[in-house]
Amino acid sequence: MSNDRNGSSDDPIDRLRREDPQPEAPANPGMKAVGGVAGWLDDRTGAAKPVGYLMKKVFPDHWSFMLGEVAMYSMIICLISGTFLTFWFVPSAGQVVYDGSYLPLRGVTVSEAYRSTVDISFDIRGGLLIRQIHHWAALMFIVALSVHMLRVFFTGAFRKPREINWVIGCILSMLALVEGFAGYSLPDDLLSGTGLRAAEGFMRSVPVLGSYMSYFLFDGAFPGEAIIPRLYSVHVLLLPAILVGLFVAHIGLVFIHKHTQYPGPGKTNDNVVGFPVMPVYAAKAGGFFFIVFGVLALIAALVTINPIWAYGPYDPSPVTAGSQPDWYMGFADGALRLLPGWLEFTAFGFTFSFNVMIGAILLIPVMYGLMAAYPFLERWVTGDDREHHLLDRPRNNPTRTGLGMAALTMYGVLMFAAGNDIMAIKLGLSINDITHILRAAFFVAPPIAFWVTKRICLSLQRRDRDLVLHGRETGRIVRTADGQFFEQHEPLDEYTRWLLVQHDKQEPLQLTAGVDEHGVASPTARKDKLRVALSEFYFKDRIDPVTPAELAAAHHDGHALEAIEEAPHEEASRPALESSHRKPRKRP
Amino acid sequence: MNALAARRRHPAAIALLILLGLVVTGVAYATFAPKQADAATASASSVQDGKKLFLANCATCHGLQAQGTKAGPSLAGVGAAAVDFQMGTGRMPLAAPGVQAPQKRVQFSDDEIASVAAYIASLAPGPTVPDSDVSSGQGGNVAKGAELFRVNCAMCHNFAGSGGALTRGKYAPSLRDVEGKHIYEAMVTGPQSMPVFSDTNIAPESKNDIVAYLHSVDKQENVGGMALGNLGPVSEGLFVWVFGLGIMVAFAVWLGKKAA
Repeated sequence: MSNDRNGSSDDPIDRLRREDPQPEAPANPGMKAVGGVAGWLDDRTGAAKPVGYLMKKVFPDHWSFMLGEVAMYSMIICLISGTFLTFWFVPSAGQVVYDGSYLPLRGVTVSEAYRSTVDISFDIRGGLLIRQIHHWAALMFIVALSVHMLRVFFTGAFRKPREINWVIGCILSMLALVEGFAGYSLPDDLLSGTGLRAAEGFMRSVPVLGSYMSYFLFDGAFPGEAIIPRLYSVHVLLLPAILVGLFVAHIGLVFIHKHTQYPGPGKTNDNVVGFPVMPVYAAKAGGFFFIVFGVLALIAALVTINPIWAYGPYDPSPVTAGSQPDWYMGFADGALRLLPGWLEFTAFGFTFSFNVMIGAILLIPVMYGLMAAYPFLERWVTGDDREHHLLDRPRNNPTRTGLGMAALTMYGVLMFAAGNDIMAIKLGLSINDITHILRAAFFVAPPIAFWVTKRICLSLQRRDRDLVLHGRETGRIVRTADGQFFEQHEPLDEYTRWLLVQHDKQEPLQLTAGVDEHGVASPTARKDKLRVALSEFYFKDRIDPVTPAELAAAHHDGHALEAIEEAPHEEASRPALESSHRKPRKRP
Repeated sequence: MNALAARRRHPAAIALLILLGLVVTGVAYATFAPKQADAATASASSVQDGKKLFLANCATCHGLQAQGTKAGPSLAGVGAAAVDFQMGTGRMPLAAPGVQAPQKRVQFSDDEIASVAAYIASLAPGPTVPDSDVSSGQGGNVAKGAELFRVNCAMCHNFAGSGGALTRGKYAPSLRDVEGKHIYEAMVTGPQSMPVFSDTNIAPESKNDIVAYLHSVDKQENVGGMALGNLGPVSEGLFVWVFGLGIMVAFAVWLGKKAA
């Protein structure tokens, strides 16, 4: 284990280590040669310092920190497999007659894009496997980045100083959706053509500008011949470049901020406890890349994805039942399915299709806007301007966790709505009923999710408190000499207790009177009121962490705890860290 | 017995007991379940036999003269093809009223179905049971059939004939492993929510192409691996969330626990 941040020897932890024997550099000839090459390179590039900085970076160990890694590796796999696909893919809508080895399409007039994709699937050695790896990796990329985002949200890792990185992550996530959409529109099969047709309709739903936008993008009427080459440049050049650029910035900021860590013994806001990149993480993360690649290759080898030969070539007239976008666009598709038709109306001789526009054009920017704004909103509400390098346990911030679950529920309702026809046929239900229920659920379920989650969090906090104060119930019943029975409680050891008491005490902001001493109303009074109201909403219901005083009192007399109202002085209201050095008093 | 009694509180005991109960119930049901009584004897297909079968099995809903009632439509002019489709796929007679007649086990022999078909055909002219040279799919053009299927059928039945949902609990059924004759009959008679595709709309040879395409889908091996029900991106998304993410997280937990 090593320590990063505040690397000076004044650090108490470093002081402890000062007397440790330093490892001696091995003097074998191999290392000398490596050192020689490294020195040669350093003389010419000056790379030793930055590389050393990167290699000594310490990362904490936890599986949830690897979700982002899964996303990163899936993206790299997409880049590698995508390069292979570009060797054979022809981005052209030119019409040709298919004469390849897939019999059910022989003699059918198809586009060059479609023919080349079918050729990649059936006539290029390993082509189908690479295509399926590419598509599964794309789905996995967005799954992993979404779950990574949830982890960051629920643990409060977006707080100062990481707000910018959260915003970059939001942009990355949104661009990943666009990149995915551009990708599955390329093969020009029936499903992707239907998707493009839908996209064209979305654009047209924009009042006034819609038809101009559509004609501009498609270079004329739908479908035209321009869209496939244009999407191709966007998919293989423009968006990957932006994605990789933002991703480098994302990772770079992680190095600059240092990684967050979960609370635990020895883990403070001023250190990072874990292992350095070289050699531990280089090996672990490098190995994990191959695991991710292996798993994706295995899935791609066993499970079909996007069987474009079965969908058939695109033709504007047919549409297949069960036309859905890939899962990450599902929520927008679901919003379209839930929006009622009466939102389309005619006024001033124009048709306004808000039933389409709200779900298709407004939803994604609004959703990502709210997501990107959340850290700033929370900071304003809580007035918390400190740096946070220790993660929150989700239960210790019940309101945030509740809000996250409510948003997730809303998203989930939309995503399920996108599969309403599949649910109807597979569960033997009426599609109308499903749609009506989901419409109601969109408004009803999120508040319920918020309330339930918040209550669960508070209960878990209460349980933590109880555990700290009273210890574990051992189930051993003791009878005292005077005939009294009691169950023996075993106090927690200090490492376990630390996890349960380390977090901050939260309080709502107090409203200072809206007028100053001269009776002049403050110009920000209204804003302050809102801020206080929101703060009250956040922290009204709260369970405070156990203070050392409470702990000491509980050890004196576990039953009279409720009588202790307030910690007597400031020193004691801090978490029970200091007292954890004391040996817990043995209960009778 | 003592050993058994000693283990009666074993955690697996309750599961074993439930399993045993289920097996016994299942075997008992399979042994004593009421069997279908074959009352009607097979006989030559004749209008008279058909009428008898009709009165016994169909008239409750369709009326004594097949004129139709509130519970079932008139059968004048539906033709032998409709009878062959509805009874030959087990849809008729209905087990219970519902939004749609589901496909189930066939209740009558081929001869009986032919008799009822002859009776219904004698009421008014209608589509006949097709010849096997246009309904078996033999010699059909699969590529052309696929194109026709995508244009005319896929919007309800899905690109691979996996079926799809319609309004209010109605659905377009799966077309997997359906006899060519029945596919053809469905096209010419338009059962339930399905529109009629007459011979001027889709020529008999083209119908044969469609049958050929559907049969080729049945026989096709899944070149890309498991097809996930051929339902499109919904099942793919479900798969990547459940299995893709599940496997990745399992590996991450494993790797996170590994000591340096």
